[in-house]
Order: sequence, then C-alpha cells, then structure tokens
Amino acid sequence: MEALLKDIHEATDALHHPQNVVVEMQHLKKSFGKNEVLKDINIKINKGENLVVLGKSGSGKSVLIKCMVGLISHDEGSLVVLDKNMDELNSKELNAIRKKIGFLFQSGALYDSMTVRENLAFPLRDAKDMSKEEKTALIEEALKNVGLSATIDKMPSELSGGMRKRLGLARTLILKPEIMLYDEPTTGLDTITSKEISELILEVQKKYNTTSIIITHDMSCAKIVANRMIVFKEGVIAAEGTYNQLENSKDEWVKSFFQ
Amino acid sequence: MKNLVTQLSSIEIKAKESLTKIPLKLEVHYNFIQNFFTDVARVAIFTGRFFKETISPPYEVNELLKQCYFIGYKSLPLVGITGFIMGLVFTIQSRPTLAEFGAESWLPSMISVSIVREIGPVITALICAGKIGSGIGAELASMKVTEQIDAMEVSGTNPFKYIIVTRVVAATIMLPVLTVFNDVISMFGSFAGVNLKGDVSFYLYFAQAFAHLDFLDVVPSLAKTFFFGLAIGLIACYKGYNATNGTEGVGKAANSSVVVASLMVFVIDIIAVQITSLFY
Repeated sequence: MEALLKDIHEATDALHHPQNVVVEMQHLKKSFGKNEVLKDINIKINKGENLVVLGKSGSGKSVLIKCMVGLISHDEGSLVVLDKNMDELNSKELNAIRKKIGFLFQSGALYDSMTVRENLAFPLRDAKDMSKEEKTALIEEALKNVGLSATIDKMPSELSGGMRKRLGLARTLILKPEIMLYDEPTTGLDTITSKEISELILEVQKKYNTTSIIITHDMSCAKIVANRMIVFKEGVIAAEGTYNQLENSKDEWVKSFFQ
Repeated sequence: MKNLVTQLSSIEIKAKESLTKIPLKLEVHYNFIQNFFTDVARVAIFTGRFFKETISPPYEVNELLKQCYFIGYKSLPLVGITGFIMGLVFTIQSRPTLAEFGAESWLPSMISVSIVREIGPVITALICAGKIGSGIGAELASMKVTEQIDAMEVSGTNPFKYIIVTRVVAATIMLPVLTVFNDVISMFGSFAGVNLKGDVSFYLYFAQAFAHLDFLDVVPSLAKTFFFGLAIGLIACYKGYNATNGTEGVGKAANSSVVVASLMVFVIDIIAVQITSLFY
C-alpha cells in the first residue's frame, strides 16, 4: 500500500514538475467596471492535459481563456503561458506566442469573404520559409484530419454548423499549436455532431500531444474529453476534480451540472 | 479656525446637495458632451494608430490591391451613371436661365468649371460615403461581432494593419480616381444635354469647356478628394471596428458611418474652399 501511494505521489509530482506546466495563473483578477469577473484564480495546467472548465453563463470562463491568448488583459495577478509572462511581452513576442496557441471560437469565426482554402491559408501568411506546394499540402492535410477535403473551394456560408466548427478547428490546427483553447465547441450542434466534435478534440490531443482547455456546458462532451475539470462560480473556482469525482460531489450546486 | 472648518464643511455639504439636485436635462447634456469628447479622443487615437501602422512594415500590398479593386473598380458604374445624369440635368436646368441673358455659349465652360471645382468632387465623395462607408462599416462590424477580428488577432496577424490600413489607404487613393472619372462622364452627360435642343459638335463643346479651366481649378479640387477618401475610410473603419451589441451594432455602424462620413465631406469641403479662395 505504501509503495502504491509513493508511486502515485511520484507521478503527481512529475505531472506538476515546472517543466510540465504550460499555463500557470496566480491570483488572477479581471473586472469590467464594477463587475468583478475573475476573482483570485489560481490554476496550473500540465502538458498534454485536457482541462474542462464548467460554469454558468457569465461566470468568467470565456474571459479566462481570452486572457490566456492576450485578447483581454488581466488586471492583477500573474499569467505565465509556455514559460512566458504575459505581462512582459511586447506585441511581436505576443504574436509569436499566439502562433503556439490555437483558439476555436464558439461561432467558428470563419472569414466570410474567403473560401475554405483561403481561410486555412490565412494563418500561414507569415510562413515565408514554406513553399506554395508545402502550404497546399498542409491545407489538404488539415482538411483531411477533420474530414472536409471535399469542401476546399466552398465558401463558409455553404457549410453546416458542424462543418464550420470542424473547419475552425482545422484552421487553428494548421499551425500545430502546443495549447488548444476551445470556447463551447459543441454549442448549437445536434447530439451526433457534438459527439463527433468531442471525439475530434480527443483525437487532436492524442495526435499532436496538445494541451487543451475546453469551455463547455455539454456534459457528454466533458465526459469524453476531460482529464480534469474545474467548476467556476461567480469568478472563483468552486470545485476541481475528475469527471467522476465531480459527478459524485456532495455539493448540490456542482451536482446540478450533471443532472 | 474651528469655525472656519465648520463653515467650510457646511458649504461643502450644501454644494454636494445642490449638485445632486441638478436637473435631469442638464445631466443628459453633460453626458452627451462627455461622450462627444470621449469619441473625439478615440477617433484621434485611432487616426494616430492608422498613420503609425501605415508607415511601418510589413505592407499588405495584395490586400491593398484587392481593396482598391472593390472600392474603386466596383464603384465605377454607380459613379459613372450618377455623373452622366448630373451633367445632363445640370445642363438642361441651366440652359433656360443662360438663354434669358443670351449667354448660351457660356454653358460648356460654366458646366465644366462647376463640375471640376465643386460638384464633381462633392457628389463623388457623397456617393462613396454611402456606398463605401456603409460597406466598410457593415463588413467590419459584422467581422467584429462574429469574432473574426479576434480570430485574426489570435492567429498572430495584426488585424489593424490587414483590415483598417488597407481599406483606408484604398479609399484615399481611389476617391481622386473616381472623381476624375465622374468629372469626365459628367462632361459627356452635359454634351448630351446641350445636343438635346441644339447641334453642337463634340470638338466645339469640349474646346469651350476646357478653355476656361486652369490649374487652380483642377489641382485643389483633386487635392481635397484625397482628404474626402481618408475621412470616409477612417470613419467607416472606426465605426465598424468598434461595433458592439451583435447584429443591432452592425446596422448602427453602417448607418452612422454614412451619416458622419457625409457630414465630414461637407466640413472638409468648407475648409478646402476657404484655403483655395486665398489663391484666387
């Protein structure tokens, strides 16, 4: 028994070893006017981990991931992403780190005026060392990964909701990011497509060994993808654990998410 | 000393009380003025950033050419048709008055000077404020509310340089081109108007029209069109880029882009006329 506990502690220590931590937030705070959205958030996210963030609408989940990519700047506390302190980065360094982070928006955020091919080529504009052929091969591979090879010359308006989400995912994956941020990836999709997207998230994580932070209300998605879950309540972390631990929580409020 | 402190604190309390009793109407005026100056400051910062981003590399040449095509080439039919009708109607309306004074022969030169100096640039700018202003305002606002601009930013692209700089520069370059096109087509419209009730040769008409045009007519009127283009582009981009409140915000951005850009065209025109009148 003692040996087993020792193994568990060693494994936990290894996981939380500074080299394995890709995102670290300490006492993070963010307010909009008088509305305090994030209140003293402390999170460590490890390499290759799938972290699911749960919480009611307006509890600060989206603000949290937008802070991580520099779309919103936090007011207090420290935020270290891939060993870089986000407070100390100039715009060039911020853009460099953004290329290592993929962000799948709730709506997909596809560029309406561009074709599927142009949407995927857009993040590669600055890759001057890549030939046109290499870029085309990369685009075709990304589309193949999400099962949308046939749509390459279509406009986003011609695609269904699920296809748009998958295309959004392909676009963020084309730069092979180390961290993936998903903002409600299954919202507005039917059960089957939601399951497909959830499995795709898992597949991506396994294939590219990415660290994923997934914001969702969809418990079936959370069940499929989560290694660890945190629950937000009014800007603070109210609970943390695995899917099973939270499902069997004694806290009625936490349990309400699973019913 | 103690009395003085007591008196001062009572004055302070009275002042605070009277401040809280300021009528609602005054408060509304105060908010309006505050919002106006906040907006002016934001536009100034936005304009400053535009110039900074315009001169600093990298330059988005392909996107600039694409925007020149959309803003310039795609506006040619509307500008052309408006110019032709403007020249035609202007001629038909002016002819009887000139005929009363026996000055019909002055018609080509009067029309050409009016169009080149004032009507051509202003009408072209107003058409562009409507077409280009609403187009840019709605497009950018829609990109903003559907998180496309955020998506661009997180992919490591500078959306200000890619979206704003290219559109504003394209509008600044294309407005003078469209104005020249409008002036030429208006002259053809005027020629058609003259020939509705007469028989004037092409050569004679244009010889008369150009005889009274000189350097001071053409250059200042073209110079002000650069400023018209800059103002239209900047206002439309500012309104679109700062849109909020979902689809409602898209409509508002498009609408206010047209209104403010049209007003700015007149303001710039007044300033330009005052400056050019110094040289006559």
